[in-house]
Amino acid sequence: MAHSVVAHQQQAQHHAIGIYLWVWGLLFVLSVCSYMVDYLGFESYMKWGLITLFMLLKAGLIVAVFMHMAWERLAIMCAILIPPALVVFLMGLMAVEGNYTFLARLGP
Amino acid sequence: MAYVAPTGPAPSQGIKGLVSDWSSDQRAFKNVPWGKAMMWIFLLSDTFIFACFLVSYMTVRISATAPWPDASEVFALSIGGQPVPLLLIAIMTFILISSSGTMALAVKSGYEKNRKRTAILLVLTALLGASFVGMQAFEWSKLIAEGVRPWGNPWGAEQFGASFFLITGFHGTHVSFGVLFLIIMAIKVLRGALDDQRPGFLTGRKGRYEIVETLGLYWHFVDLVWVFIFAFFYLW
Repeated sequence: MAHSVVAHQQQAQHHAIGIYLWVWGLLFVLSVCSYMVDYLGFESYMKWGLITLFMLLKAGLIVAVFMHMAWERLAIMCAILIPPALVVFLMGLMAVEGNYTFLARLGP
Repeated sequence: MAYVAPTGPAPSQGIKGLVSDWSSDQRAFKNVPWGKAMMWIFLLSDTFIFACFLVSYMTVRISATAPWPDASEVFALSIGGQPVPLLLIAIMTFILISSSGTMALAVKSGYEKNRKRTAILLVLTALLGASFVGMQAFEWSKLIAEGVRPWGNPWGAEQFGASFFLITGFHGTHVSFGVLFLIIMAIKVLRGALDDQRPGFLTGRKGRYEIVETLGLYWHFVDLVWVFIFAFFYLW
């Protein structure tokens, strides 16, 4: 036979304990960081930017390592991660809509 | 009937693998047990529910003419007469992250077929989840006592209460169901149902340690949603 026949059955997710503990620790640090953003009283774009940064880092770590997405095949990664990313488009539309409603409520 | 893994040449990687997976017969998601694939798809639909809630919250917050209540002050706890902003929320966040950590270790112990350790970690996860729900109940009763209602509150925009109760209530419900499933799973593990491959109560499928990972996906998702709620509702 030309290529070696490999049973590609479900591979159990076996990973060293170290990576889980590292991510656990990082999530703690990132949570402290985002709490400090509020505690130190950052304002406006600095505040929103930092909050979003820490939020996305935390979400990425949870999905990639705790939910084992980093070790899955590209097919399921795309199927699961691309649709929620499109919500950003809805968010943009609704922000425009919200601003319009706000201006309409303020009156002429 | 027992599932027989398909055999053949090793699947290719990268974009080529993506195309061949999607165009293949029978199953698109290679190396993923179907229970896990279905859990992922359920979580995808759940993502859209929470995304809709958070986007609506954004819309009502942008369009409110009254000032939005300052979450930093609303959710402050006074320690020795000194108000500490967002203290309870911070504690809840750390508890939920810790429960995610214990869950990840439970999944790992499950694949190592360490029955006792898996069960202990599952029970620990359930306890952390239950304490999270308890703190949320405390927070709800505190806010209700202060006069927060879905139609109004003492500090400003009326939409604050509606958004708060809807978003945290839906998330709390998810945590509560998760705790229930964790307890059921801990009992299954503890009595050896997964080692002996005994079928479940509602299914003829044999028990395997993979189902711990599937439950783990749900639990991590609950933690994931909290990351977004914490950022958008409490910190923004």
